[in-house]
Amino acid sequence: MEPLSWSGEIGLFLNPIMLAAVIVFAAAFVVNIALSLGGMRPGEMVINADHSLSLQRGPVDYSLMTMRYAVLVFLLVCIGHIISGVVLDDPQRTGIIGAMAARLTPVWIGLVVLFALSIAFKRRLGLYGKLFDSPIGMTGFGLVMFWIFAAIFVQSIAPHGPIDVISQMRNELPGSVLPDPREGQYVYYLLGGDNLGRCVFSRMVYGAFEVLKIAPLATMFAFMVGITLGVPAGYFGGKLDVGVTFVANLVLAFPVILLFYLLVTPEIVAAGIPNYLSMVLFLFPILFLVILFNSRYRTQPSLRNVIVAVCVGVGGMAYLSLISNASDPELPRLFRLWPEALDLFDVPGNLLIVFVSVVFVNSPTVFRIVRGIVLDIKTRDYVAAAQTRGEGAWYIMLWEILPNARGPLIVDFCLRIGYTTILLGTLGFFGLGVSPESPDWGSTINEGRRLLTIYPHPALPPALALMSLVLGLNLLADGLREESLKD
Amino acid sequence: MAFFILRRFGVMILTALCLTFVVFFLTNLAPNLEKLAKTQGNARMSDAEVVSWLDRNGYGGLLAMRYGEWLGMVPGWVRLDEPTGQWRGRCLDAGDTPETAPRFCGLLQGDLGHSTVSDDEVANIIGGRLALTGILMFWAFAVIVPSALLVGVLAGMREGSRTDRVLSTFSIGTTATPEYVSGVIFIVLLASSQTGISPLLVQWGWLDSGTLFLGSARSAMDGPNFWNFTLPVMTIAFYGMGYIARMTRASMAEVMTAQYIRTARLKGVSFRNIVLKHALRNALIAPFTVIMLQFPWLLTGVVIVETLFNYNGFGWTLVQAASNNDIELLLACSVVAVFVVLVTQLISDIGYVYLNPRIRIS
Repeated sequence: MEPLSWSGEIGLFLNPIMLAAVIVFAAAFVVNIALSLGGMRPGEMVINADHSLSLQRGPVDYSLMTMRYAVLVFLLVCIGHIISGVVLDDPQRTGIIGAMAARLTPVWIGLVVLFALSIAFKRRLGLYGKLFDSPIGMTGFGLVMFWIFAAIFVQSIAPHGPIDVISQMRNELPGSVLPDPREGQYVYYLLGGDNLGRCVFSRMVYGAFEVLKIAPLATMFAFMVGITLGVPAGYFGGKLDVGVTFVANLVLAFPVILLFYLLVTPEIVAAGIPNYLSMVLFLFPILFLVILFNSRYRTQPSLRNVIVAVCVGVGGMAYLSLISNASDPELPRLFRLWPEALDLFDVPGNLLIVFVSVVFVNSPTVFRIVRGIVLDIKTRDYVAAAQTRGEGAWYIMLWEILPNARGPLIVDFCLRIGYTTILLGTLGFFGLGVSPESPDWGSTINEGRRLLTIYPHPALPPALALMSLVLGLNLLADGLREESLKD
Repeated sequence: MAFFILRRFGVMILTALCLTFVVFFLTNLAPNLEKLAKTQGNARMSDAEVVSWLDRNGYGGLLAMRYGEWLGMVPGWVRLDEPTGQWRGRCLDAGDTPETAPRFCGLLQGDLGHSTVSDDEVANIIGGRLALTGILMFWAFAVIVPSALLVGVLAGMREGSRTDRVLSTFSIGTTATPEYVSGVIFIVLLASSQTGISPLLVQWGWLDSGTLFLGSARSAMDGPNFWNFTLPVMTIAFYGMGYIARMTRASMAEVMTAQYIRTARLKGVSFRNIVLKHALRNALIAPFTVIMLQFPWLLTGVVIVETLFNYNGFGWTLVQAASNNDIELLLACSVVAVFVVLVTQLISDIGYVYLNPRIRIS
């Protein structure tokens, strides 16, 4: 079998169109800049004698229109590649791009269904629905959902396993054919092989799974910690505020990279520091939930008791299972007390450390943001009204102030997932990641960079993947901010 | 004002003490010391031998006491080595006796200790490395500040215009591209003889041979030039500028809606003069703080870029010290890092008060 070309037979037809669109776009862009610098303005509305409006188009407008159509043609060609890849499902004819599109079929189906449903019902979906009014927000949401679907359907998308090594495929170029494929095995390495002979495309998709497994959850924990500390600090003020702010500033003054190097080395792990940290940090979500429901249902003791008992029971079980691992003799004694029979799940040591350090780095910033918002909101009338009604302090904080702070917090949540993704990548880049074999994007970039100038193909896909996910999250946050400011 | 500076200074010292103690604690944990003993002494030491080695080399005492010694507040340890009859101690060079050597030697006395891996005084190592990083930082800032301010002001002066949308999307794009991503992309595009634009340029005869830029900054340590230093500087600047540009844009957009700008407009001042004479100065107060606070962020960027481009500066030293368990060198690195962070915070606080006439601290 022949190695695949990038765009196959379809490309013979589509590539010239694509090239033409790019050239037209560049030319129109240059013309537009030149005209603007020359003092030309876009055409203006003119009121005709019969009171109708008409737009006087000038050269600037025509250049802008050309640019718009060029982008449209470019996008159509891209969609053409995807559709032909999915429909023909013949790598020899559709090339690498088409073959990748075919592998990603579940993602396309998911995206089309999600967008169709969301746009159809966007008026009934609140802030989420409004997102579909802003092109920027929609682009961001699309990028994020692309990777989320890729992570969900990773088993059916990735043609090979993340650590399946075929040594003849070492550093092979994109589109190479396996030397002697087994029955039913996918016969191509679509984006080539890395320095050990693993499939770059599969590792990229598995990397999405690795990253999306940690980043949102870690961000959520950071928010729980930040909110549990930030809301009372802002509301009560005084010594509590001074103390917690000082500690938060301490962590913030620590250069992130140094903190990682101090926290994620094997010696620190052997001393059990991450376990102690996780012992403290993971207590916050339970604390948060208990206070949340206790303050709400304080007046209905029977209901309150049930809810709080469930929180403490389920949360405590998960908490103890999370922090302790009786079968690991390396751990300090404290973390081996919880019996193995009741230990629901064991988190591998490395994963726990990465998770904890990311939460630890993120939570002071969240704390600062929450505290700032609370300081602003607590002067509002509805807070004064609640105080006059005689509501408890925690009720006011968690059920009056917090829901009204949700706008900026949701926006920051999106931004922070992106930042967490960057942090995870940094950890992987320095070889401090989950495990050396792990397909997460930072580690793959780190492995690929050694031979970068000769074989760029192992490092480039994870780099672009990470960039597109973070870009998507940033655009999504921007769109959300814009739409939430509108009302 | 004096009281304000004094108080900020006090908090800063307290923060520095806490942070250095945390670093000291984390670098002097039992497993670190055990590893140190085994690399310095014998890899097959028994536990008792490790303890005695640590004790002989001054790692035995209380953590707080050792922190005091390192800081220079507690007299350095001295011990008579029984077999050789020589005095050994923190402040003692070979052949010294406790009488001839200084009693205190720590951070306060300017003694940063001894690097166990490269067998040299830490101060000697870190001085040259810091100078190299200083050059890198200087050029990065020389690129970041003007370009970020320009992008921010251009985007913010007409909020919502097409220029604004294009430039804002660009700055969102740069904030989504961490150094290890942009560095990889730049190297592939500009510094590879196989891919990117360098082979094209050679083919067209615009470039003699080789690559447009050099993908390693090793030669830049002797003499940085355009060829070998562009990529590291560009990589740092690319990620750093987006945030400053967005802050400048926000601040500029806010100023442009102010009353006095409207007054100037109604008086018939030209748009160019409104932007340059009325808006710009007020719009640049907030970015000043952001630029100062960007220093600590750049520190992470510097570590990544120096590792990626093999530039043996401060960041590279930090990585080496951390991975080689070189305790004193790592401590010195963290002192420098913490110092940079705290001083920039102080400058940004004081500078903000000076620049912004609306804030007066009595």
